[in-house]
Parts: sequence; C-alpha cells; structure tokens
Amino acid sequence: MQASKRTVGSDVLRFPDYPVQGLAGTSFKPEHLPAILAEGSRHGFFEVHAENYMGAGGAPHLALSRIRQDYPVSLHGVCMSIGGPRPLDRDHLARFKGVVDRYEPALVSEHLAWSTHDTTYFNDLLPLPYNRSTLELVASHIDQVQETIGRKILLENPSSYLVFEESTMPETEFIRQISERTGCGLLLDVNNVFVSAANIGSSAMEYLADYPLNLVEEIHLAGHSEQETEEGELLLIDSHDGPVSDAVWKLFEIVIARSGPIATLIEWDSAVPDWPILHREAIAAQAILDRGQHIEMPHGDAYAISR
Amino acid sequence: MRGKIMSTRSIVTASVLATAVASALSSLAFAAPLSEAAVKAAMDAGKEKCFGVALKGQNDCAAGPGTTCQGTSTVDYQGNAWKFVDGGTCASMELPGDRKGSMTELNRDLPA
Amino acid sequence: MRFPAENPAMEEKLDFAAYFAGGLLDPHREIPECVSDPRGKSAERRYNIYRNNVIVSLIDALAAIFPATQRITGPEFFRAMARFHIRATPPSSPLLFEYGHDFPAFIERYEYARDMPWLADVARLERAWLDAYHAADEPPLAKEALSQVPPELLGCLRFRRHPAARLVCSNYPVVDIFNANRSDAAVGKIAAATAQSALITRPAFDVELRGLPKDAEVFLSRLLEGGSLEVAAASAFEVSSEFDLASTISMMIEAGVFTATFPGEVQHGY
Repeated sequence: MQASKRTVGSDVLRFPDYPVQGLAGTSFKPEHLPAILAEGSRHGFFEVHAENYMGAGGAPHLALSRIRQDYPVSLHGVCMSIGGPRPLDRDHLARFKGVVDRYEPALVSEHLAWSTHDTTYFNDLLPLPYNRSTLELVASHIDQVQETIGRKILLENPSSYLVFEESTMPETEFIRQISERTGCGLLLDVNNVFVSAANIGSSAMEYLADYPLNLVEEIHLAGHSEQETEEGELLLIDSHDGPVSDAVWKLFEIVIARSGPIATLIEWDSAVPDWPILHREAIAAQAILDRGQHIEMPHGDAYAISR
Repeated sequence: MRGKIMSTRSIVTASVLATAVASALSSLAFAAPLSEAAVKAAMDAGKEKCFGVALKGQNDCAAGPGTTCQGTSTVDYQGNAWKFVDGGTCASMELPGDRKGSMTELNRDLPA
Repeated sequence: MRFPAENPAMEEKLDFAAYFAGGLLDPHREIPECVSDPRGKSAERRYNIYRNNVIVSLIDALAAIFPATQRITGPEFFRAMARFHIRATPPSSPLLFEYGHDFPAFIERYEYARDMPWLADVARLERAWLDAYHAADEPPLAKEALSQVPPELLGCLRFRRHPAARLVCSNYPVVDIFNANRSDAAVGKIAAATAQSALITRPAFDVELRGLPKDAEVFLSRLLEGGSLEVAAASAFEVSSEFDLASTISMMIEAGVFTATFPGEVQHGY
C-alpha cells in the first residue's frame, strides 16, 4: 500500500492511501470510536462533515486522525453554498482546503444546494431553480472549489419538497451538464431520489434512467420519515434518523446491478444508534455491492435503466 | 497610582516569589499535566478514550453541535409555555436556608 | 477569474435566494412566489418544511452548546428563548460550533429569565467550555521552565496564554451550578453565597474546569493580560492578605493556563 505524503513545517503526516471503491461505509460519529477500534475490522470507510473538523484543534481532530490511520475517509462538505447566487466564502473555501490537505480523503463531495445568503447561515440545504443562469453559477462555483483544493469533487443531488417556476430543465439534465462543464464527479443519494420523487410526484425509476450513472463515484443511503399535511397528503423528510427503507434498498440494488460496485455510505445523523446497529446497515450494503462485483463494468448506453 | 505600586512592591518581595514558586514546583513533582505526546502514546498503546462524550467527571457531556445535511421530522410548534420553568432543575435546586426554586434571592447573599 | 455572481447583470436573474431566504426566519412573511407545489396546491406547507428545518436545527445547535442552561430552564423554556435569539441573531458563520457567543448577553436581557440572574453566567461558561474544546493544540508550560528562572528575575516574569485558557468571572456559584447540570445526576445543594469565577483550560484533550476565589481570579487575570508575576501577586494580595500564592502557581501549571514564560516588558502580539 502506497503512503501519501504531506509536509507541514517539520511535521510529516502520512496517512495510508486506502482505496474506497466498492466499499460500504458509514457516517463517523465520535461516540462510536471506542467500539470501532475495539472491533478493529478495518474494512469499509467513514464519512465526516468537513465543517465539524474546521476547529483549530482538540478531540475532534484526534478522533479523526485515529480513524484515518486505519480507514479511508470521505470528506463531505455541507455548507459551501455552491448553489447560492453570492460569491463563495473565500475563508470557508480556504478552511475546506485545509481539511482536505490534512486528512487526504479518498472522496470529497458537496451539495447542489445553498445555505448562506448575505450574512445569514441557515444550516439547511436550500433548493435552487434549474435553468441557464443557475447552471452558469453552479458550474463556476464548482470550478472555483476544484481549482482551490486541486482535485475533483462529487456533487450530490438534493432532496426536494417543492419546485421553482423558473426551472427550465429537469434536475438530471442540470446535473449532467454541470458535470460535463466542470469535470466534477457525482454523489448519487438514492434516498434523496426516492424522497424527491414522492414529494414532487415524479418517478424515481425515471430519474435514475435519466441520471448519468457512469459519473457516480459515491452513493448515499439513509432513512427518511413521513409527515402528513392537513389535507392528508404524505411528505417524506430526509431525516437520516433511522434504517434505510425497503424501497431505497431496492433502488440501490437496481443502481448497483447497472453500474457495478460503487463506494456506498449509510448516513445516520440523528437518533444515532449504537455502532453495531449502524454497522449492520453497512454490512447489508456491502452484500449488495459484493453481488455486483461480478458484473462487467458497462459503458455508455449499457448504464441505461429502463423506465 | 504610583504610590499603590510602591506599596505593593513592598509586599511581594523577590524572596516571597521565590519561596512560593519553589513550593509550587515541589508540590507538582508528580502532578505535571500529560503532554500531548504522552496522550498520543497512551492512545497508541490501546488505551482509547471516548471522545467528545462521557469524557470524565461531570463536566464533559456535550461536544457542541454538528452540522446537518438532513431535514428534521421534529416540528417546532412555537409553543408559548415559555414563561414557565418546566421540568428544569431550577425549581429543584436546593439552596441553603430552605430556599428553593427561583434563585433571585441570591442577590441578597452576595459578599459585600 | 470572473464568477457570474460578481456580474450584476447575472445577479438579477439569480434573485431566487433572496426571495427564498426572506421568510425562513420570519413566520409572518408570505411564502415566496417563485416556488410552487407540483400538484398545484399552495406551497406553504412545503416551504414550511424548510422553515422548520432551519429553526429546529439551530435551536438544536444552541441546545448542544448550552446543555446545562437547557437543563436548568427545562427544554420548553429553553427552546422558546433560543427561538427568539435565533430570529434576532442568526448565525453568520457556517461553523456551528462557533455559534451562540451572543446568547449569554441575550439571556441577560431576556425578560422571562430575570428570576435566574445567574443563568447568563452559566451560558458564558458553557460557551467558553466549547471554545476551549476546539482551541488549538499546544503543550502547556512545563514546570521545568519555571524552575530554571533565576529567583531575582521571577518578579518580572510574564506568561503566554494557552489557546484554550479562559476565565469566566461571576458573582454566582457558576462552577457549582454548571457541574450540577452537565450530568444527569440529581442537583444537590448549592451554596448560594459563593461567588465563583471559572478557570477553563485544556492541558491535553479534556476540558478542565476549576472554581477560583476572587484573589486567584485577579492573579490569573493580571497574568493573562500580560502582567508580570510581581504585579499579579501584588494585585491578589490587595484582594486578600490570605492569598495562597504557592498553591495558585501550582494550580495554574497543573491546569495548563500558559504555554511559555518570557521575561521583561510586555511583548505585544501574544
């Protein structure tokens, strides 16, 4: 295994260059660290939110360094505001680069969303219309991020609860064009596809049929919850607070059967269970990935999912 | 102000400081804090700590908020029961002299 | 390199965020016209999902930063108080662990918290605790550094603050209240008459908290301001002739309040 190198002053940090392709992983929760180390499987990967490691020092960095010694890490940004109309926050971009440099993650991703406007940070992934103007905007922001950190990022599809009247193209087309223009890879959140389809009244299968699966380098799976409106209409919330639903597992199997094994993350961010329960979800995902192992990597139209 | 400094100088002589520092250092002979290198070495030896939660004693239960990339199914009902201290420890906090609940009376007990 | 958002002509077409953001923290504002329900119904219910995500996640963030404050007031009171604060002072940084620095001052002004005049100090202590938790890693001053100073130079010795070290001064037993409420254990008797100041440090990776009497607080305040050992000791003896200089020096080394010593005049930039 090759070690990658980084030099800061007289300190030389070396983290192993673990491959992540075809592995199932989980969100990293510091409270799980003792259980993870005790188990010592050293199989799989962990994903962290970049922002939680932007403090100067202390226990968070100690814990992540320890995990990074034994596992590949995926760095997931949640508040770059790539989809917002304002210029990217250069300080935040510099901090993001700092975390990338420090932990040498196997994967780096961000969201097709915005969370800051003017001086307010809303702490939520907010939606944008899909049209020529926003395409320009998002593409230039991704260019800027990729130029700054010196590597490709993966762009994640959002969960939607409403639509914009100014949208002129489907989300799948928007994402395809963004990737063509910027060279970014894609993070396919299968739960978000399911949640959005249910909320918008579209088809998850159609979405996947139109989506450029050949550009996907990571998949997210998560649990969602249900809310009923006053009119008895069901809305799904991507709450990441429980196990992955059967429908999402089914969609995941369909994707993997088409695409072959892709690094797959179980996201569980609130009502976080004990490590064995979270780990069980990753083991289930790994079984599906391993079944997809023998499928030849398809090319071009071979990715197509019939509607 | 100058006069004050002069008078304090007469209190804290070099020998008072030297004695105090020597005494402080001798009491610390076996109580030096762990250096980070020592902490890291202990970790490498397998004495893993539980980070961020349930650290030690009663002082360390929260490690602050994490960011979110998800929605929440918790609903903020904007309830207006906010005038009342509900179920908090304030009402049960025991104070000397049979006083409970509101600690406004603390003001009276402040050292002069 | 020029980005479209820096081009005013382009920005006109990109006002969706301004419309969308406007009502997120204002429940009385009309929902933006640019969004709709895909089934043609009012989009209000759907827009409210974002409103709810924003306010609940930020209230949760404050609750995570100020757990003792929440335990004292109870969650309903706390969440209502937090909601007012968030609407008045939403976060400006995406680093949520830095949010809430204005919350203690808000609590101080909050009408319904007036029965708990010590609550703001508990919140100040909790905020300082989290600052210390995330502060830069630096090895604390080794006792050897002090033993090497010739006695005649001790008086003008100054100290460099450790990045995690903080003092929170209070007229209330803020450390006892904090300790009693940062665990699930029952709250015992708290000596109401004791004014305490809190010393927060992080010599390695665990945040440490110590209650200080007034003389020790003054001593450390002077040193943290860059004052010399002699000036700090003199100030503490002015507060109390009983000031225990030796044990306070011992405590400050053990706690890791400083990282280094330097001689002579105040050196700026530390």
